[in-house]
Amino acid sequence: MKNEFQVIADLIEKDKKVLDVGCADGTLMKFLKDNKNINIRGLEISKEKVQECIAKGLTVIEGNAEKDLKQFPDKSFDYVVLSQTLQAFLNPELVLDELLRVGKKAIVTIPNFGYWKVRFHLLFKGTMPITKTLPDEWYNTPNLHMCTIKDFFHFVKSKDIKIFKSLALNNLNSSIINESNLGVKNLFADLGIFLIEK
Amino acid sequence: MNTEKNIKTLIVKKPLKLDCGKTIKDFPIAYETYGSLNSKKDNAILVFHALTGDQFVTGINPVTNKEGWWSYAVGPDKAIDTNKYFVICSNVIGGCMGSYGPSHKDPDQKIFGTNFPVITINDMVNAQYNLLDHFGIDKLFSITGGSMGGMQVLQFISNFPDKSKTVIPIATTSSHSAQNIAFNELGRQAITADSNWKDGNYTSSDTNPGKGLAVARMAAHITYLSKKGLQEKFGRKLQEREDLKFGFDADFQIESYLRYQGSVFVDRFDANSYLYITRAMDYFDLAKQFNGNLSEAFINTNAKFFIISFTSDWLYPTQENKDIVIALNSIGADVGFVEIESDKGHDSFLLDVPDFLSALKNFLDKSYEKN
Repeated sequence: MKNEFQVIADLIEKDKKVLDVGCADGTLMKFLKDNKNINIRGLEISKEKVQECIAKGLTVIEGNAEKDLKQFPDKSFDYVVLSQTLQAFLNPELVLDELLRVGKKAIVTIPNFGYWKVRFHLLFKGTMPITKTLPDEWYNTPNLHMCTIKDFFHFVKSKDIKIFKSLALNNLNSSIINESNLGVKNLFADLGIFLIEK
Repeated sequence: MNTEKNIKTLIVKKPLKLDCGKTIKDFPIAYETYGSLNSKKDNAILVFHALTGDQFVTGINPVTNKEGWWSYAVGPDKAIDTNKYFVICSNVIGGCMGSYGPSHKDPDQKIFGTNFPVITINDMVNAQYNLLDHFGIDKLFSITGGSMGGMQVLQFISNFPDKSKTVIPIATTSSHSAQNIAFNELGRQAITADSNWKDGNYTSSDTNPGKGLAVARMAAHITYLSKKGLQEKFGRKLQEREDLKFGFDADFQIESYLRYQGSVFVDRFDANSYLYITRAMDYFDLAKQFNGNLSEAFINTNAKFFIISFTSDWLYPTQENKDIVIALNSIGADVGFVEIESDKGHDSFLLDVPDFLSALKNFLDKSYEKN
């Protein structure tokens, strides 16, 4: 399981009710269910991935986060997880609002466009950056709204969203992000993980 | 029509009050079982059949000598694995494969015909509930069915919220739409317009409204398929001829196919049963039973739901299946949902659609493991 999922799992206490939005093949769901006794649900747009989840015995709903989150009542989950997908929505702000409505807390991870390799790629090659977390070409990437850790940090603050914990992930190392080290973390982390609440 | 010796029946002694206000008692429910009930009695699956189905789910139907209606899904090593699970299915009341219906005799020994009480989906499941007592099953492992079978699934878990561990409604709806009712009415009109129907008393006058029933079946059959599926299978292909004949014989293969579907149906199905069962479907509106709030229908159950729809099903489209998912999610129920890609229309649930069959199998087997 990728390190990002381990960090997410560490943020969630045992026996909670969790919704994994864009749960893909259910790797994180299965881990949470087996290791933390989490009452876990998934929402996934790909039929193929939904089948993989069913084969793992996971409860998953085929659907689209931009349309289908509205069916869940307010604060019906302890945590709602959204891993590296926010930037792919037509309206990320709306999705973020929905995550925080449905979940008592939300865990959102974002590929960091401020990562030094991304910056170097654009600066020196002059072409759209391709990295481990951003593997697609500009013409076939699902990402519509790329942002940096700094962008996201300021964005949630401006929306009066409370940040409980923000972590910078670089390969296997995770570290705390705060106001004072934001500039540095924004340069050296390829992924940001935010535990937030509204 | 029925060779009674092949039909197992349970005589329900307990009076059953029907939605129409009448009470029936000492009535037969015809059923069939597959596989065996284990000692813990925790492996039973109650399957509900659709409009024209019957209790003979799989293997050779002993009355028609044809494959059971869900042979693709049910049997040894299949999605609903009868090596593992004990499958029970019964003919709905109002039906014509041995359960109490319009071809039965009333207490005065006269054939009911249209004097049989109008029944509902609710009446059907209340009647079938008696099978649990009969087999000494406290809790089913699963209930499932497609189309009208799915309606019975929804009604059953609403009526008996703690009687099934898992619940699998397939290609169904919680409320019959105007379009659904319209197609059913077309079928009923075809039957009652046949002069041999004789106000439902065709048996005593030794006739059969076969033409009307065949037209009803032909019209309904079109609704079970998709436009794309029909086009790919038949297109404008001609039936055993080189060119158009400039007449009203079956020039096109699709015509010949529908006529065949109509004619074989007449041999196995009772026209009055068709009226009664389509009426029950039309009356089905689960939300209405709960003052318009569908979620209320499921508020008392802890069962695990898995809802399946098909992309090309325009009779019970994905959105109507999703409405059930939404109602369940709004009360925090345990519900999974998948829409299966298929161009086989509403009939997809009866056919060899691998993604559907594997989803069904995986859901059942994984849920059973956790027992």
